[in-house]
This record gives sequence, C-alpha cells and structure tokens, in this order.
Amino acid sequence: MAIIEVNRLTRAFGDFIAVKEVTFSVERGEIFGFLGANGAGKTTCIRMLIGLLAPTSGEARVAGFDVYTQPEQIKRNIGYMSQRFSLYEDLTVRENIRFYGGIYGLSNRAIKEKTAELLEELGLTGVRDERIRSLPLGWRQKLAFSVAILHDPEIVFLDEPTGGVDPIIRRQFWDLIYEASAQGVTVFVTTHYMDEAEYCDRVSIMVDGRIEAIGPPGELKRKFGVDTMNEVFLRLARGGAETAAETAAQGGGG
Amino acid sequence: MNAFRGFVLKEFYHILRDRRTLVILFGMPVIQLVLFGFAIRNEVNDVRVLLVDPSGDYVTQAIKSEVLASPYFEGVGHQTREIGIERTFQKGRAKEAIIFEPDFAHRLAHEGVARVQVLTDASDPNTANTILAYTTSILQDYRRRLASGPPGGVRIVPEVRMRYNPELKSVFLFVPGLIALILMLVCALMTSITITREKETGTMEVLLVSPLKPAQIIVGKVIPYLVISLAIVSVILTLARAVFQVPMRGSLTLLMLECLLFIACALSLGILISTRSRTQQTAMMVSLSGLLLPTVILSGFIFPVSSMPVPLQMVSHIVPAKWFLIIVRGLMIKGVSFADIWQETLVLAGMTLFFLAVSVRNFNDRLA
Amino acid sequence: MRTILFLLQKEFLQIFRNRAMLPIIFVMPLIQLLVLSFAATFEVKNTTVSLIDEDGSTTSRRLVEHFEASGYFTVVHRTFSTAEADAAMQRGDVRMILHIPPDFERDLRLTGTAPVQLILDAQDGAAAGVVQAYAARILTAYSRDVRVDFVVPPPDPVAQPVIDVVFSHWYNPDLNYQFYMVPGILVLLVTMIGTFLSSMNVVREKEIGTIEQLNVTPIRKRDFIIGKLVPFWILALVELSAGLVVAKVVFHVPMLGNLWLVYGLTGVYLVGMLGLGLWISTITETQQQAMFISWFIMVVFILMSGLFTPIESMPGWAQKLTLLNPIAYFIEIMRRVLLKGAGFWDVQAQFWALVTFAVILVTLAVRQYHKVSA
Repeated sequence: MAIIEVNRLTRAFGDFIAVKEVTFSVERGEIFGFLGANGAGKTTCIRMLIGLLAPTSGEARVAGFDVYTQPEQIKRNIGYMSQRFSLYEDLTVRENIRFYGGIYGLSNRAIKEKTAELLEELGLTGVRDERIRSLPLGWRQKLAFSVAILHDPEIVFLDEPTGGVDPIIRRQFWDLIYEASAQGVTVFVTTHYMDEAEYCDRVSIMVDGRIEAIGPPGELKRKFGVDTMNEVFLRLARGGAETAAETAAQGGGG
Repeated sequence: MNAFRGFVLKEFYHILRDRRTLVILFGMPVIQLVLFGFAIRNEVNDVRVLLVDPSGDYVTQAIKSEVLASPYFEGVGHQTREIGIERTFQKGRAKEAIIFEPDFAHRLAHEGVARVQVLTDASDPNTANTILAYTTSILQDYRRRLASGPPGGVRIVPEVRMRYNPELKSVFLFVPGLIALILMLVCALMTSITITREKETGTMEVLLVSPLKPAQIIVGKVIPYLVISLAIVSVILTLARAVFQVPMRGSLTLLMLECLLFIACALSLGILISTRSRTQQTAMMVSLSGLLLPTVILSGFIFPVSSMPVPLQMVSHIVPAKWFLIIVRGLMIKGVSFADIWQETLVLAGMTLFFLAVSVRNFNDRLA
Repeated sequence: MRTILFLLQKEFLQIFRNRAMLPIIFVMPLIQLLVLSFAATFEVKNTTVSLIDEDGSTTSRRLVEHFEASGYFTVVHRTFSTAEADAAMQRGDVRMILHIPPDFERDLRLTGTAPVQLILDAQDGAAAGVVQAYAARILTAYSRDVRVDFVVPPPDPVAQPVIDVVFSHWYNPDLNYQFYMVPGILVLLVTMIGTFLSSMNVVREKEIGTIEQLNVTPIRKRDFIIGKLVPFWILALVELSAGLVVAKVVFHVPMLGNLWLVYGLTGVYLVGMLGLGLWISTITETQQQAMFISWFIMVVFILMSGLFTPIESMPGWAQKLTLLNPIAYFIEIMRRVLLKGAGFWDVQAQFWALVTFAVILVTLAVRQYHKVSA
C-alpha cells in the first residue's frame, strides 16, 4: 500500500498556479526523489503534504491521514528538514536534540539514549556542548537530519537538504539517508542536484507546476535515450511539456 | 553617476514597498499631534469632590453651589457626617473632600470665624496642590463679598501676562519636540537598521565590490530617509499651523536650514551606530535606548530641564535634541532671529561634525 | 503539559544566552526607572527672573526678597528698561519678568492695593501656570506680612468675617512628586519589557526559519502560546520586584497596600500585554515591523494612560477612549494600592477590566497563530 497518495493536488496563489493537478504515489520504504528546477513548485507541494499549507483542490493522504482534516496526525508520523536551517543556532547540540525530542513526546530516558546513540554515530560527541553556530555547515546538516528522524517517523521529508555543502559531505549525507531507509523509513527528498537523483529508487520531475515524468532513474534514462539524469532533466526543462512528451513517445517507440 | 541614481531609486522602492512601516512613520506624528492638541491637557479640571456639610445653612449652601458651578469641580456626593472619606479616596471616587464645621453660618456671623477643612488625595501632588488653591480662592472670594466696610489688609494685585502662548496651549510646547523625535526616529533609527540589515544579510559585500564608492553607498542609503523626514516635518508644520494655530513667528527658511542641520546630525549618529553593531536587534536597541529615550526625557520635550537634578542637567547638554528644541521653539513660538540662536546652532554643528568624523573613521575601518 | 516544559527550557536558554540583550533586559529598565523618576517632574524649580523695580522702596525690596527666599525664583537680571528685559526673555535667559511700578509702596499705603506685573514665558503653558500659582501664593503671603508694618485699622471681626481654611494632604503630605510618578513608571517598565520582547519573539523564529520546524511538529497551538508567554511573564515579574526594591530604597515610596495583591494584579495584567505582544508578532513578517507597531501602540497607550497628565482633564471623548487602555487601568491600580492602601474590593472594577483584556488578547494571539497557512 502506498504511504503517500496524491490525486490532482492543486495550489494557487492568486492568479498564479504553483502546483497544477499533480498525481503520484510513494511506496512504503522507498527513497523518492522529487526533482525540479527552482520555482517549479516542489516546495509548495511538500508544504501541502506536511500540513504547513492548505491545498486549493485535489486530494492527498500521508501515512494514511488526510491533509485537509488530519494534519496533526500526519505531523506525529513524519519528520521534516527544510532548506532553511532548522536548528537553534544559539543552543548547543545536546540542547537541540533534547528540545525536539521533548516536543515530540519522547520520554526522558529515550531522549538520553537517543542522544548518546546519535552523537556517537555522527561523531559529534566531542562537540556536544558547542553551540550550533560554531559548527561547520556540513555537520549541522547531518545533525538536522538526525534530529528530524529522532522520533522514528514513518516518512521523512527533506527539502533541498544538501544545498550549499561540498560533494564529500553530500556523499556522507546520502549514507545517512540509506541507513534510515534500511531501517524502514520512507524518504521523500527534493533536490536540484541531478547526480543525487541517481541515488533514488524512483524520481519525479516537476516542470512549471506539473509532474512531467516519473519512474526509476534507469527507466527514465532509457526512455529518453540518454546516459545521465542531468540530460533527462535538461530535455524536459528546455523542451517544455510538448517536446518532452514527444521525445518520450519516440523513445518508447524506438 | 548613473549607477548611483539607480541605487538611490532602489532604496526608495524598498522603503515605499513596506507599507506598514510607511503608514506608521507618517501616522505616528499625526496621531501624536492630535492627542497632544486635543486630548492631553496639563491643567486640572473636573476634579471629583466630596462635600461634607453638617450644618446645611444658607452660607454653606451658597459656598457649595459656587464650588459646584466652577469648571474645576464636579460633585460626587454630599453627606452630613465625616465618615467613609478614606474609602472614597481609596476607591478613587473623589480626590478632595471639603468639610464644613457645624453651625457654620452662626459662627461666621457671631464669632467672625468659621472653619473649613479641606482634605486632598495627594497621591497626585500636582492635582492636590492645584485644587487646594482653587478651593481657597473660591472661599476667599465668597468671604470678600460677604464683608462690609473697608478691607482690613493690603492687597497686591498681580497683573499676569502670558507671553508667546496666552492661551497656554500644550501643542505649542509639543510640536517642536515632536519634530525632533520624528527626525531622530527616521534618520537615526531607520538608517542604522537598514545599513545593519545589509551587513547582516551579506548584501553589503556585494555593494562594496560594485563600482559604487563606499561613500556613495552610504549617501545613497541616507538620501531617501532625508527626503522622507523633510516630508514628515512639512506635514507636522502644516497640521500644527492649520489645525492648532501654532504660530511660525520667525523665518521659515531658517527653520528648514536648522532642520537640515539636525537631520545631518541624526543621520551621522545612525551611521555611527550601524558601523558598530552586528545585528539589527542590537542597532534597534542601541538607537532606542541611546537616542530616542534621551530625546524624549532629557531634551525638555515634556519635562523642563531646569527642574531636573544637576547631574541630569549635565547629561542633557550632550543630547543634540536639547539644543535643537531651543532653536525650534525660539524660531516658531518666540520669533527670534539668528542672532539669538547662533550659539545653539554652533553647538549642534560641532556635534554633527564630530559624529560624522567618528563614523567616517569607523566606516573605513570596519566596512571598507 | 510536558511539551510546555521543554518549550520553556528552550526559551530561557535562548534569553540567557543572548549577551547583547541581557543588559538591555535587566539593567536598562532600572536605569530608566532612576532617570525617569528624577527627570519626570512637572514641578518648576529655579525660574529665572528679570527684575524691573521702578519703585526701589523698602517694601518693593522686601517683596523681591520674598520671591527669592521661596526657592522657586532666582533674579538673574536687573534693569530699568522693559526693552532690555524683553530681550533677555527673547534670548531665553529669563523665564519671568517681575515689574514693580513706581509708587508701589505709596499706593499700597494710601489705597491698600497696588499692582505688580508678571510677564511669563508661556511656551510651556503648564509650567507657566504652575509658576503663576507660586507667584500668587508669595504675593498673598506677603500681603499678610506687610499688613503689620502699615498703619491700617485692625479689622472688625463681624464686618470682616474670616473663613479659616485648614487643609491636609493625605497619603503624601509633603507633596513628593516622585511618590506619584514611581508606581506609574514601574508599570511602564513591566509593560515595555513584556510587550517588546514578546512581540519580537515569534517573528524572530519566522525570520530565521525555525518556526517551520515547530509547525511540522505535533505541538498544540495552546502549548505553543503558553510556552512563549510564560518566560516573559516571569521576567517581567522579576523586573517588577527589582523595581519595587528601588522604589522603596531609593525613592522611599510608601507601600501601604498588600504586595501580594500587587503581584496578583500584575500577573493578570501581564497576561494581557504579553498576549498583545504575541499577537503583534504573529501578524508581522520582520522584527523591524514588529518593533515599529509595538512602539506605535505603546506611545498612544502611554500618552493616554494618565501617567503624566490627569485623565479627568481630557475631553469627554478622550476619557471614553481610555476605557480601552489596559495601561490606564493598571496605573490607576498601582497608585491606589501602593500609595493609598486600597484592597482588592476597591479595585475590582479595574481587575475585571484587566481580566477581560487578558482573555481577548490571548484569544486573538492563539487564533492568529496558524500552523497551516491558508
């Protein structure tokens, strides 16, 4: 059974339609890449799914709950890491973990255990009493991810999690994602780094508020007859909707 | 030069787009002017008074009706026994009690002396003092009319003339202060915040590597606020003139020049603060506590400087608004000429040069 | 319930970690209390006088001595020319011209009355009124004194009846102006700290982006608002205590009422003002906006609160407006309880008004705070 089901989901801001009748589903346990250029509507879509923004029309269910009527139940079952930095810079590593653990209702003992475990895993034990402000960006981002899955959510939503960090840190970050996925967490990740798309089980590509292609990276590359996801993306983005559909049809025929 | 013009225009757009702040910038002086002009009065009126009259004869009736007829008093109760006054004061139901002694008319007629006890709620000492004076004068006037034959004592009659402001309107006092306050708010607070914000968000570095010279950047940031503050000064002056009949007895041109001087002073303070603070919050708090509060409290805006303790009077000398207020009041209300205010102008000009020099040095050290 | 504890812990950590703000929160208010209480006075001392004594008699000199001995007036300029005296006032050197006409003493002897001219610089109308009252009192007192020296018939007690006015100023017999101002300024401090800090708080989380992270947690709106409200509530009460100590130790303000009552009422009042701050915070986008709006509301509330000028003197419509001003109620309460020893029943009308404000403002804040944007 799909853990995220989206049917003709739409969001308008005045005359501007940011997300146009988007339909897709995400299976339990998969790593789903949500791709698109800046301004394609990715963030708007993710904000509707996590209950930060009310949809204009359409349907969506996340972890079995309806986004219109049960946003608070959804929030109990998801984790979220935004493109804007989400930890408190004036608090220490440990204080941040404790705070987020606390508001998700973890018991004091669970918080203590989780903290130790997490610090160990990330190799942050030495800086656990440092303020976040003094840590390098890459460390902070890894910590933010770990905090987002601290309460063992069913799904974690990552909005551009690797913006602005170097390739080595990005690689390490994806190791964390795989690890979480191996423990059964569904990962929903937006990015505009096309090399990262290759790491996903399935991807969707959004152009101007619509999903123009969806499928495993290998399948999409075959369909478009190219070697990298980057080229798939360029075709879709450059050609616009019609050419893309044409190419896809030709690829499918040949 | 073209780049510079574009930059200034961009700054204008920034300001004009933030409607809420703009509404407050123009609305605040207008509302304050209206409050000071119509609502806020220093004089004491309609004081609630409790009358205690055990005798209830023709003399006390006559005195009571005179008290109640005066605009200063408003009767809240009338009783024949002296009880419950403490409670009345504590509940705030009256601020004064006038207590006549028993057999008032009889004593006055036969013994020539009758006693009135006046109790005031002196938790507000100014009001207490003033209403005591009012009450005494009503009683003495009544007595004088009662007297027959030549008066027993001598009387020195004060002929009082209230110069510059015969109707004692408080707007006259507040308009110049309001101008100083608004100029400080717009020029110092707003500039310091906007420059700090560019630093905080990192856009200042982008500007510094552009072909614009650092001095041009600062001037460009400052020009819109200069224009806005001149506009606000004009609004205040027009309103003060049209609605509240505040006079403009001196030279308007000179007043505008002095305003420009004060604006320059405030702007250089704003720049100085922005070169020293890292975050908007710090800039805001330093401007609020270091500039706006002294402008309100220590400049003579509301409270006369000459009545303050000596240490505070000394501190007031370094508040630019203090000197500016003397100038503006002189020009508007008293109609002085430049010969009467050249010293204050010189002090202000000196301060401006000093702040400007310090901020230029700081700016070169820290920004460029 | 447990969630609130975590929120509180976090807010306190953040407050105490902000080195730049700590002095502003804790030291500034006390400095303000000291400076304002000394500076905010409508008493008028040291009025500078230009004297034109055209009489030059013993009587006129005695009159001038009376003026100087009162402590309110200082003669800094003597002249025989009105033009010179006017110029001195124009320059701002003197605030009053005392003009004693020729034949002052003679007129007084012969007719029993004589005029003196007082010309006051009335730019500050209220101050001029006060100076006039001082001068009138000195003249009356002097008339009484001078009677003894003159050959006037003793008054016939029946033809010249006397109304003897005995007065006493309750609660503040020495008319100490600071007693009146300090409780009001305390209100100001508590209000400023509460409203400014709370109004900047939520909007700050908006600016740095952490609010999003909180909004995707299952945190309840009610818990969130409580978690934001309580820290500033506690801070403001700490400020109040420090302020009360200063009021007692430095200004010797009498505290007749029950201090627990003061704290209880302040607690209710603060809930309302913090609600106001949080409401401002939820409707604004930047800290700058939040600060401007709170500043604007504060200025209007304070001017209309009766702190500096009596509410009874306002015109009717303005007095009605003060019914909507929580600061006005609270200043009234503080003055009554501290200075006059009023008990709960004496201030219950104001108490219920404060409760109403608290309920309305907190409801507004809770309703305005949306976890989901529309």
